[in-house]
Amino acid sequence: MNDTLTIAGREFRSRLFLGTAGYPNQQVMLDALEASGSDLVTLAIRRISLDGYSESLVDVIGDRAGLLPNTAGCLTAKEAVLTAQLAREALGVDWIKLEVIGDRELLYPDVEELLRATEELVADGFTVLPYCNDDPVTCRKLADLGAAAVMPLGAFIGSGLGIRNPHAIETICARSPVPVVLDAGIGTASDAALAMELGCAAVLLNTAVSKARDPVRMAAAMRDAVAAGRAARLAGRMPKRGFAEASSPQLGLIGT
Amino acid sequence: MSACIRVNGREEDLAAPTVAALLAGRGIVAGTRGVAVALNGAVLPSRRWDETPLSAGDALEIIRPVQGG
Repeated sequence: MNDTLTIAGREFRSRLFLGTAGYPNQQVMLDALEASGSDLVTLAIRRISLDGYSESLVDVIGDRAGLLPNTAGCLTAKEAVLTAQLAREALGVDWIKLEVIGDRELLYPDVEELLRATEELVADGFTVLPYCNDDPVTCRKLADLGAAAVMPLGAFIGSGLGIRNPHAIETICARSPVPVVLDAGIGTASDAALAMELGCAAVLLNTAVSKARDPVRMAAAMRDAVAAGRAARLAGRMPKRGFAEASSPQLGLIGT
Repeated sequence: MSACIRVNGREEDLAAPTVAALLAGRGIVAGTRGVAVALNGAVLPSRRWDETPLSAGDALEIIRPVQGG
């Protein structure tokens, strides 16, 4: 069955996007990437070390996956727009994971700045994937401004707390005119499966894999969880009931 | 006082005549994949590094992709 994910006309084999940060070493990152089956990885943009130029992450990743640079750490639309433009210049990639945070400790999105940056970057020809609150109104506004997908958080970045408000995510998925990518908060495989069951088109995660005791094994678990959650979503779950309903026949019970 | 520029937030003497010369001094040539430059808050495409002079008070940002989530 063909169930390809399409965002802004680009097709993805995998519904799992993987971050590249925080692995024990580069080889584990590459092995985890392979085990995840992901074909899109996130990168950050930072000032180059003026002391010397070391091996480029881009060369390390090579053609293993597409690149999705982020604007992590940006506090204003202005910073985020420049970071995105630098990423495009550096990588030749006009896709951007747009992060504009309003609090350095919580890494929570600043909605006003996020909307402003989305509008500017869309006008500048970018394919914008904003990391945003689990708020259906914000998600709608982002889509209206031309975001190619919306990426609501499940919980704080790096917290591993799972999806704190599944009903909000489900509501966003039900109403969104663009694909919904659950971004941030995933802690383990069941969280990723839940995201897909709620109707998300994909899951973006990093720390859940990179900080697992065995990152490569967790990457494979995430691959399976996303596939299982997606299949369950398409299969359509049974209705929930408040009381028991026996699945075995009620007639012919021994001793009656 | 000698003329200064800021490179990645650090003040330094203005020594190189052009952006390309400054970058070459750090082992970066135009066309190095993964490196990009902003001059005074705007992206400076690598094809213009050669022709772009540096003046006192300029602020350069030199970036590259790193691991991120």
